[in-house]
Amino acid sequence: MSSLETHPEADAESPGFGLYIHWPFCQSKCPYCDFNSHVRDSIDQDRWRQALLRELAHFANRTAGRKLTSVFFGGGTPSLMAPETVGALLDVLPRYWQLDSNLEVTLEANPTSTEAGKFTAYRTAGVNRLSLGVQSFDDTALAFLGRRHSAAEARDAIALARRHFPRFSFDLIYARPEQSLASWEAELESALQEGTEHISLYQLTIEPNTVFHGDWRRGELQLPPEDRQAQLYEHTAAILKPAGLEGYEISNYARPGAESRHNLVYWRYGDYLGIGPGAHGRLSFDGARYALRQHRAPEAWLESVEDQGHATRAESALTLEERLTERLMMGLRLDEGISRAAVEAEQGRSLEALLDPERLTALCEAGYLELTHERLRALPAGRQRLDALLGFLLG
Amino acid sequence: MTTDLRHIRNFAIVAHIDHGKSTLADRLIQVCGGLSEREMKEQVLDSMDLERERGITIKAQTVRLTYQAQDGETYVLNMIDTPGHVDFSYEVSRSLKACEGSLLLVDASQGVEAQTLANVYLALEHDHEMVPVLNKVDLPAAEPDRIKEQIEEVIGLDASHALEISAKTGQGVSDVLEAIVQQLPPPKGDIEAPLKALLVDSWYDPYLGVVTLVRVMEGRLKAGMKIRMLGTRALHDVTQVGVFRPGKTKVNDLGPGEIGYVISGIKDIADAKVGDTITEEKRPCGKALEGFQPSVPVVFCGLFPSDTSQYEDLRDSLGKLALNDSSFIFEPEVSPALGFGFRCGFLGLLHLEIVQERLEREFGLDLITTAPSVVYHIYMKGGEMKELHNPTDMPEPTQIDHIEEPWIKATILVPDDFLGPILKLCEERRGEQIDLTYVGNRAMVVYRLPLNEVVFDFYDRLKSVTRGYASFDYQLEGYREGDLVKLTIMVNGEPVDALALVVHRSQAEVRGRALCARLKDLIPRQLFKVAVQAAIGGKVIARETVGAMRKDVTAKCYGGDATRKRKLLEKQKEGKKRMRQFGNVEIPQSAFLAALRMDED
Repeated sequence: MSSLETHPEADAESPGFGLYIHWPFCQSKCPYCDFNSHVRDSIDQDRWRQALLRELAHFANRTAGRKLTSVFFGGGTPSLMAPETVGALLDVLPRYWQLDSNLEVTLEANPTSTEAGKFTAYRTAGVNRLSLGVQSFDDTALAFLGRRHSAAEARDAIALARRHFPRFSFDLIYARPEQSLASWEAELESALQEGTEHISLYQLTIEPNTVFHGDWRRGELQLPPEDRQAQLYEHTAAILKPAGLEGYEISNYARPGAESRHNLVYWRYGDYLGIGPGAHGRLSFDGARYALRQHRAPEAWLESVEDQGHATRAESALTLEERLTERLMMGLRLDEGISRAAVEAEQGRSLEALLDPERLTALCEAGYLELTHERLRALPAGRQRLDALLGFLLG
Repeated sequence: MTTDLRHIRNFAIVAHIDHGKSTLADRLIQVCGGLSEREMKEQVLDSMDLERERGITIKAQTVRLTYQAQDGETYVLNMIDTPGHVDFSYEVSRSLKACEGSLLLVDASQGVEAQTLANVYLALEHDHEMVPVLNKVDLPAAEPDRIKEQIEEVIGLDASHALEISAKTGQGVSDVLEAIVQQLPPPKGDIEAPLKALLVDSWYDPYLGVVTLVRVMEGRLKAGMKIRMLGTRALHDVTQVGVFRPGKTKVNDLGPGEIGYVISGIKDIADAKVGDTITEEKRPCGKALEGFQPSVPVVFCGLFPSDTSQYEDLRDSLGKLALNDSSFIFEPEVSPALGFGFRCGFLGLLHLEIVQERLEREFGLDLITTAPSVVYHIYMKGGEMKELHNPTDMPEPTQIDHIEEPWIKATILVPDDFLGPILKLCEERRGEQIDLTYVGNRAMVVYRLPLNEVVFDFYDRLKSVTRGYASFDYQLEGYREGDLVKLTIMVNGEPVDALALVVHRSQAEVRGRALCARLKDLIPRQLFKVAVQAAIGGKVIARETVGAMRKDVTAKCYGGDATRKRKLLEKQKEGKKRMRQFGNVEIPQSAFLAALRMDED
């Protein structure tokens, strides 16, 4: 606890400093997913462990002296990682950074029975938060989404997570084709029976380069019309709020205090380091802010790390304008919005000077934005239209 | 060597579209040996792609045929292929003036159509001898006897000896040639008199400059002469004269009655106006040929590139088109809604459509065309008259004494089953009935109509209420006073210039409501609700609201998405350059474009 007073990461205004580790492999590719994931017959766990450790060491050198507030194993399917690999990576962290006493270590896991068998080993390795890719409690929907688990397996996995981890969360996908309001409400109510403190609820999105995109283009798959999507979204918040789960971000709901600290780093536009294939980072050095991206292809990443210690594909300083765009884009997703002081410290100008005052006023008058002396935040009506709102505000 | 007048026949072919005029022309050329079978391309005379595709002749063309008649004499037959459409009636009338007679070509199953009538009347005005010819008699649906009766009833022409042919198979084509020689009169004219020639048509050739098609009335036209245009007073040196067979063939001189081309170093087509009289500078003829009038555009619209970066291309392309089409005019126009473009004037709607299509097809441009408007005469309180080409430029109503609009005389031929809907349409469009007669089971309806009601969507309505069975033609009649108002369309209170219309007060509300309803469907929902209003002066007469969008947000946005998402926003910003901002509302140009196509509902 003593460290809380000394480091900038600890003060209330600081977004923290997070580490993201990407595991790019899946057993199969889901038809809606456009993430950097790959299916391989076999994976050399030792070789991958060594490479991830090497890239971690490389960046540790460049960010020495900072305090780490969160770690996130994402993918792909990180629950396909050997627990020893997870443990080896977590074990070296105290050598590189000061660790926050509340260090959050999240691992994304699929709720299949084989993966659930490794949950205790992950806990032993140091993972203290599990994020489960449940996606649905309906077997037909799970099949449509290309998932390899059943609703029963999902419930078992949640029970295990509840037993072994201090914190857990799970994801659901809604606004599926043909999904009625009533059936979603029923599914949501049954999800609430699991007593989770955190839940991520994503409306189904058709991303380019996915199986669903092809189906959609051919007219074989249709999303609900905008009005029904809006209705589903609004009803979701209305059901969760009485259950004590606040919508703190567009698709994330939590009991106050149970928010994902790692994801808050992104939305509060803090620094984060990304290692592993295709991982992105945002790092500040000497007043400048850099966007980093690692090689996407697993084999190219591996060879590059073995060759030169890291696989950074691109590293570029962000302009002030780009930083403003990113901060608004990320920060307005949060219910808390963005801190005026943080923007003005970064940009050296007032929010009113940075943004078109007439547009700001129009958005405030429409009930989409709220601007106070301390913060600029998107109200629920604005969050639900954030893409158009940003287009208008920055256009 | 000029040809003896008695051995010359000059003729045109008068026909409705698709009645086989070009096929007959090709066949005549072939029979007279102008082209071998192998050289025959279908419809040789319609040289532009567009003309061939649409079966429409836009520019007058000519060919000189040599024909050995049954009397053993050899004749020179000059055939002029004229544009058939009313938009080009001035060109048609010039072509007819160059001939002494016409073939009246009628489809033996379809019979007389509106365009046939209009052109027959023009030919009769020029004292033409007419030879009725029934085409397509080989088709099973042909009813030559009924059609002959119809020609006599409707046109009043003796059709008892009408020729029955099939231009397609060649049946009866030699009879046509014989009839031309025996029934049409030879031209007159004194070869010793001072030169007097009619400028029938002109076009721009990238190698030769402007080429003019002429009919010599009197005197002799030859290379080396200095000629004067009596209308424009311009002087030119003749470098070459020749005839079309149908390829350009140089000759020493052109004498009375002969039709041929002249190359004389003219750079600008505006210096070679159709209808002008050509004479020799040092020995001018006394009087110009009558009836010279430069063609005046009657329909105007704005043409804008949908991609603003194509503005320069559009300007160059319009310039190139104008090289070959002196009746088409354009001047720069700036529209707050559509950006930089041109206000263009046309002879009629078909002319507009042809120009638009050529710009898109030949020059690869993507265009936004604003609603066509006629030319209004605005009489100001001070007594001054202003021509209004663009509804946006309408002066304040308080300064206007009265407004006049052009009226037409429209002739519609239609199977009588459809007569009811046609009459209803004409009445709705402020029409005044002049005549209604029956010919067999077809009705001929003649109406006086305001042209602005016709440019709106008349053709399409006509087509849809008669399932395409009506034929329509019109002539400008003159200007008449009308209770006309400017209808303004406003989006969130701001007027949209590109959608302004001049309409009759009695139609304003219906039009206003239709336009608002259409825009409501076309403007995508946005962050804020959008009010679409139609107003006359300050008074709103129709209103629609486009509701605000309800949901538009990316479901997942984490650390790895920041860069991609930011770039997407930046790209959107670029895309907005093609949007027009109305208050807090962005309207894509495509919405304007679709709203302007009023004919689709």
